Amino acid sequence: MAKDTREKFLVLDLLQLDLKENDALELTCIAGRPGLIREIAVTEINRPGLELGGFYENFAWQRIQIFGRGENAFLHKLAGEKRTGDLEKLFTYAIPCCVFTHSLAPTPDFLAVSEKAACPLLQTSLSSSEFTMRILRVLSTIFAPKQTVHGTLVEVFGIGVLIQGASGVGKSESALSLIERGHRLIADDAVAIRRVSGNILLGTGAQVVSHHMEIRGLGIINITHLFGVGAIRDRKQIQLVVNLETWDQGKNYDRIGAEDTTVDILGVHVPLVTVPIKPGRNVPVIIETAARNERLKKMGFYSAKEFNRNVMNWLETESTREIFLNEK
Amino acid sequence: MVERMVTIRNRAGMHARPAALLVKTASAFTAQVFIENGSERVNGKSIMGVITLGATYNTPLKLIADGPDEVQALDALEKLFESRFEEE
Repeated sequence: MAKDTREKFLVLDLLQLDLKENDALELTCIAGRPGLIREIAVTEINRPGLELGGFYENFAWQRIQIFGRGENAFLHKLAGEKRTGDLEKLFTYAIPCCVFTHSLAPTPDFLAVSEKAACPLLQTSLSSSEFTMRILRVLSTIFAPKQTVHGTLVEVFGIGVLIQGASGVGKSESALSLIERGHRLIADDAVAIRRVSGNILLGTGAQVVSHHMEIRGLGIINITHLFGVGAIRDRKQIQLVVNLETWDQGKNYDRIGAEDTTVDILGVHVPLVTVPIKPGRNVPVIIETAARNERLKKMGFYSAKEFNRNVMNWLETESTREIFLNEK
Repeated sequence: MVERMVTIRNRAGMHARPAALLVKTASAFTAQVFIENGSERVNGKSIMGVITLGATYNTPLKLIADGPDEVQALDALEKLFESRFEEE
């Protein structure tokens, strides 16, 4: 039971979202408060112009209904006795909520009918197109496929690096070293990942423990307070996975790095580097270097492949010279 | 792999002290331990992970252990939940 209520996204949840800057929806509820427990189940929106005109075929009532200047002008023009019946028809559908953009005020009869139907009316100061863009972006993030993984997410030279590995292998300690070297922490231990706009993996931490770390021997520490606001980030795209594991004598580790290994997260292939740990290996420097290398690769420059090409070129010239000398 | 359902019985829920106790107990075993709250799944050997679950009083949780000593691990963890993490 607890699971169901948690996974439903209600109108109330939409109002309570902590969105900043160009994600802010600026929503307030102006009527129909009891309906705030209605569920938003789809990511699309609808402009109910046709329905206000009385045409209800293919009415996408499951969607958030957006009333812009046009719809609102129509409401005001046709305010009166006869219209109340039409409006009641609109609210016989279980609309999740209606949003009035440009801080527009609906007509008193519209307010009354929606209040009676317990359908929440929301108001935003944004323009219709701006609100539409933002709400679609917000909803697509909320309804995006998600997964929580065990690991530490840091931003190293602009690359989002997810450090994974068994408990006690030193993920948090490595991250701490990286922070100390000027990189940024996004989340420690539990990283919530969402796949947005097709193939972008966005990693965030849980609200309550965000930017805290557990370091064996010290306990729980607050990274923001200890290292300052420059040492943290709220979210970051995951672009590289570094898997730390204890050095296994019998296992073959990549010695050249010309082959790309990837790991599948929510259907997206992310470059994977497996780093064996043993005393004397400076893991933070290795992670930093992996991040630099990843940046180079993104620019189309592969250290290992480039190196090998040079070796091959050299071999070619050397061998040709040898053949030439032998023939002489 | 073995699974078992447990419920949080201490009023304060899963705050830092019970989480630390749980992680300490889980870490004593070689088996991998996971805890699930609904669709959320975290590593049972990580304090921050366990706190992230946001498990409050009466929340049902699923314990999962996988490894050679999985049954012993779950027994020990279940005992912790039954004893309300030695609180109250």
